[in-house]
Amino acid sequence: MTDAGPFRLAAGGRLIDRAYPLSFRFDDRELRGVRGDTLASALLANGQLVMGRSFKYHRPRGPLAAGVEEPNALLGLGEGAYFEPNQRATTTRLVAGMVATSQNCWPGLGFDLGAVNGWLSRFLPAGFYYKTFIHPRPFWKHLFEPLIRRSAGLGKAPTEGDGDRYEQAYDHVDLVVVGGGVAGLAAALDQARQGKSVTVLEQAPHWGGRTPTDHPDGQARIDGLLRDLKALPNVRLRRNCMATGLYDHGYLIAREGLADHEPSAGLPRQRLWRIRAGHVVTATGALERPLSFAGNDVPGVMLASAVRDYIVDYGVAPGRRILVVTNNDDAYRSALAALDAGLEVAAVVDARMNPTGALVETLKRRGVRILPASAIAGIRGGHRIEAVKLCSYVGAGRVFETLAVDCVAMSGGWSPVVHLWSHCGGKLNWDQQGAMFIPDPARPPTGADGAAMVTPVGAAAGDLLVAKATGAAAEQALMPVWVMPMNASRGMKAKMWLDFQNDVKLSDVELAAQEGYESVEHTKRYTTLGMATDQGKVSNINGLAALSAALKQPIPQTGTTTFRPPYTPLTFGTIAAEARGDLFQPLRKTPLHGWHEARGAHWEPVGHWRRPYCYPQPGESHAEAVAREVRAVRGGVGTLDASTLGKIIVKGPDAGRFLDMIYTGMMSTLPVGKCRYGLICNENGFLIDDGVAARLAEDTWLVHTTTGGAERIHAHLEDWLQCEWWDWQVWTANVTEQWAQIAVVGSQARNLLERLGGMDLSSDALPFMGWAEGTIAGIPARVYRISFSGELSFEIAVPAGRGLELWERLHEAGADLGVTAYGTEAMHVMRAEKGFIMIGDETDGTVIPQDLGLGWAISRKKPDYIGKRAQDRSFMAAPERWQLVGLESTDGRVLPDGAYAVAPGVNGNGQRNMQGRVTSTYLSPTLDRPIAMGLVLRGPERMGEILEFPGDGAVSYRARIVDPVFYDKEGVRTHG
Amino acid sequence: MAEALARITEISGLGMIQIRAVLSETGPDIAQALGIPIPERTGTSLAGARRLCWMSPDELLLVLPRDQVAPALAALAASLAGRHALVLDVSDMRVGFLVQGPSAGQVLAKLTPANLSAMPQDGMLRSRAAQVACAIWRQDEGFAIIGFRSVADYLRALLVNAASAGTSLDPR
Repeated sequence: MTDAGPFRLAAGGRLIDRAYPLSFRFDDRELRGVRGDTLASALLANGQLVMGRSFKYHRPRGPLAAGVEEPNALLGLGEGAYFEPNQRATTTRLVAGMVATSQNCWPGLGFDLGAVNGWLSRFLPAGFYYKTFIHPRPFWKHLFEPLIRRSAGLGKAPTEGDGDRYEQAYDHVDLVVVGGGVAGLAAALDQARQGKSVTVLEQAPHWGGRTPTDHPDGQARIDGLLRDLKALPNVRLRRNCMATGLYDHGYLIAREGLADHEPSAGLPRQRLWRIRAGHVVTATGALERPLSFAGNDVPGVMLASAVRDYIVDYGVAPGRRILVVTNNDDAYRSALAALDAGLEVAAVVDARMNPTGALVETLKRRGVRILPASAIAGIRGGHRIEAVKLCSYVGAGRVFETLAVDCVAMSGGWSPVVHLWSHCGGKLNWDQQGAMFIPDPARPPTGADGAAMVTPVGAAAGDLLVAKATGAAAEQALMPVWVMPMNASRGMKAKMWLDFQNDVKLSDVELAAQEGYESVEHTKRYTTLGMATDQGKVSNINGLAALSAALKQPIPQTGTTTFRPPYTPLTFGTIAAEARGDLFQPLRKTPLHGWHEARGAHWEPVGHWRRPYCYPQPGESHAEAVAREVRAVRGGVGTLDASTLGKIIVKGPDAGRFLDMIYTGMMSTLPVGKCRYGLICNENGFLIDDGVAARLAEDTWLVHTTTGGAERIHAHLEDWLQCEWWDWQVWTANVTEQWAQIAVVGSQARNLLERLGGMDLSSDALPFMGWAEGTIAGIPARVYRISFSGELSFEIAVPAGRGLELWERLHEAGADLGVTAYGTEAMHVMRAEKGFIMIGDETDGTVIPQDLGLGWAISRKKPDYIGKRAQDRSFMAAPERWQLVGLESTDGRVLPDGAYAVAPGVNGNGQRNMQGRVTSTYLSPTLDRPIAMGLVLRGPERMGEILEFPGDGAVSYRARIVDPVFYDKEGVRTHG
Repeated sequence: MAEALARITEISGLGMIQIRAVLSETGPDIAQALGIPIPERTGTSLAGARRLCWMSPDELLLVLPRDQVAPALAALAASLAGRHALVLDVSDMRVGFLVQGPSAGQVLAKLTPANLSAMPQDGMLRSRAAQVACAIWRQDEGFAIIGFRSVADYLRALLVNAASAGTSLDPR
């Protein structure tokens, strides 16, 4: 028995199995617990009462609770890739070999230098950030903030990627019951018998909630309900499954622990359930409240319910000599449990004048001293309670007796867990009798049908005894106690903790009220009450009661802060689930992706696509590779994977007039067999996409978009067709992925294609801006004679499944021609040499075609097109716009991309005036000098002027305004 | 424990024809040309190895063996001649996988928010699998799922990952 620790009781512990000892490590101590322990119960059994240091004052802290509401016992769990900070010892199941470390203490848990903050506490009141450290100003950033950040805070962030894996799953169910206690199981059985599909979610590894602990026949009642439920095929029971948030339309998020307690099983650690529930029953129980007395945070002071949980559930003695302090009957159960376990109960201190309930009488019969109308005036002890000073509840705290005890079990009443109800808009009523907020059935969260989508039952609905299901006898009413003793001094209140995790005391809330804070939400933020990772589960009601008292108004008038999900913290891993590593984001791959990859392509992300930026050869830099690729194309022939280009079919009797509205130019007059470059603008006149359209048939066009524009422009077309011109007879289809598209570019392009055979590609048969259908190398193909490089160029579309075959045939047949695969950067350089614009480089959503010298692509004959009227607006038509020009570096240095040209003077903000910027800039391998394009104020009128472009630091660049076409102005090369 | 939740296999020889038309007007002609009834909203109809899927109020997708695509295209062209309709061979545009086995539905339930258990025997749901678009119908003791060609690797890896051994959704 000593194996399991000095505080392990000789017998009992309904959740543990003493036959299976488990060893674990806490800081530098090797300890042992048993199967079924939580980390907290195992530490307590070993006499390790102090489990953490408080956030602000670094006070030693032991566990306050035994469940999810625990504010103190937060530990770092695991090591390396499996380290996780801020884990609740009270809900963490002990696992063999577990490594736990204490947090927020230095050099150690037992002696912490930060505890000096406690002596300075009078300088760290509510809002101290705003007061104490604000002057002199520079001290905040350089001295105070770093100091506070180092001294405050809890766990450390992990330094490695999470070694665990996670998953998500969706479910659709008629009814979800949250909470597998007696009320939840009874509700589930009732509803399941009516034929509904029912899922019951229980946060703990075991069923029954408090009932088996609190009632002699509790386990039998739970077992009976479980037996009946398991017999029904329409019921699913999930343990270790925490419902963390409820959203509109019955969307319930729950976290299921799969391998939290079985780390070596090779399973995903957790699963996030995303459930669409027809209806939700919240059977989430209630949480006990602390009492506000001086020293209520000293290790050994616990919630009364936690004291009996440790005794009854885990066979652990929270102390040997226990004092109970209460304002209600329920806490007497803890005294009974302690007696039954052979522990000493020093006294029950009851604030009520005349406690007379059945439980009270039972304790009296067993010889326990009951002190009515009494209170705790103070606690003696640092790392563990040594003694309790007692006083009359009515009064200012004159001590009448001091009792030596090592544990205090306190109960200030219970608060129903109303979080899920409140997450999605359910309202609460203040219940005067029980001194608690309970869900108002008249103001529930409503579903799509306007009816209630949540039904609270049991303790969560305010029925704390759940007598119908537990058979519990009636109890005497509680007496609200928000401060103990009634007329406690200010000094006492400065030792009464409301929020244990964030170190907020009753005096802080009173100070906030005194300083004018009236809204509970503001007070929360000013004092940080309830803002820790426990979200104020034990502190919120006490805090707002204190605020109400300070403001001299009733509690419902103060109201609660907003309940927000998640109910308990979720690790980022469950939210990301499978979206990490290879599955982080879908990569779109062209049919030639594998070929590029095998050739060592350097990738450029374009949307979700990966396109080859260049294909560096061994020993070659990217810049060298790009230059080589450009020269190969200009000097012979190259191939580009253009499969990512958007391809949209537009067909119908009204397709021509539709495209005349979509494009700024005329598409209806394009003859079958021809291609035309077109610009697409939005309603504001701004250029959003460009590309070549081909007329495939009398009523059919193929619209090429940019790589990034395929889905966007398809949606744009459908938007206008479905919402504006719904009576026009036009069909569209985005067939981008049906085709592999390969550009064969350079003076030898025709030669190369003729070697593959199958089609007449002569200038007569296929002139520039024409297209033809046939077969190439035996593969059915459409060939478009279009050029984005200024060279003789054919873009060949073949079914995607045959793209690789064509590409490989081109490279076999063209080996002696030096056929070279080129990437997007070579493409960009060549189009810039020709002064061709690029959507996203020369455009940024504020540029109209007229700015780019593309007036020739705008039809003057058409009555309308999308963007036309916007382009007529005064500031669009004004000459004072930045317009496209070429920029020629005056000293051979390449201009920095995005650099601004400065103008004389400063603007209203004292910044230099600007008159233009660089939109594309490269070193041209063809011309062997830098080239650039930019948008410049009245640019085309200012040919020959020199502009200055300040770079980083003192560096500045100068460039001359020139024509944007740098290469082959006459356009002869396009014709081969 | 070593057993995956489902078998994931790529469907080979898949052919697809996209049809856009006003179904209330041209539906009977399409049905006659293909020998398959027009499916109900969100449904599919089957004839031999062909499945005609309802994609939207004005769009159908014919899924059929690759070698039947050309004759089907010809039949549709003949019966829709002169009508306002769009018929395209999109056989290369998508990839399909079979997800088979008693827990196939669990594999998909990890990836798609669509309620597959409520899907009729001949239904089809257009939804998403994690971050990509997909469509799902019942086939061969499990499900068929199709997605776009460019994300085939992603879709395959998703399915295999979701089917990892030991990750059954059954309550434990």
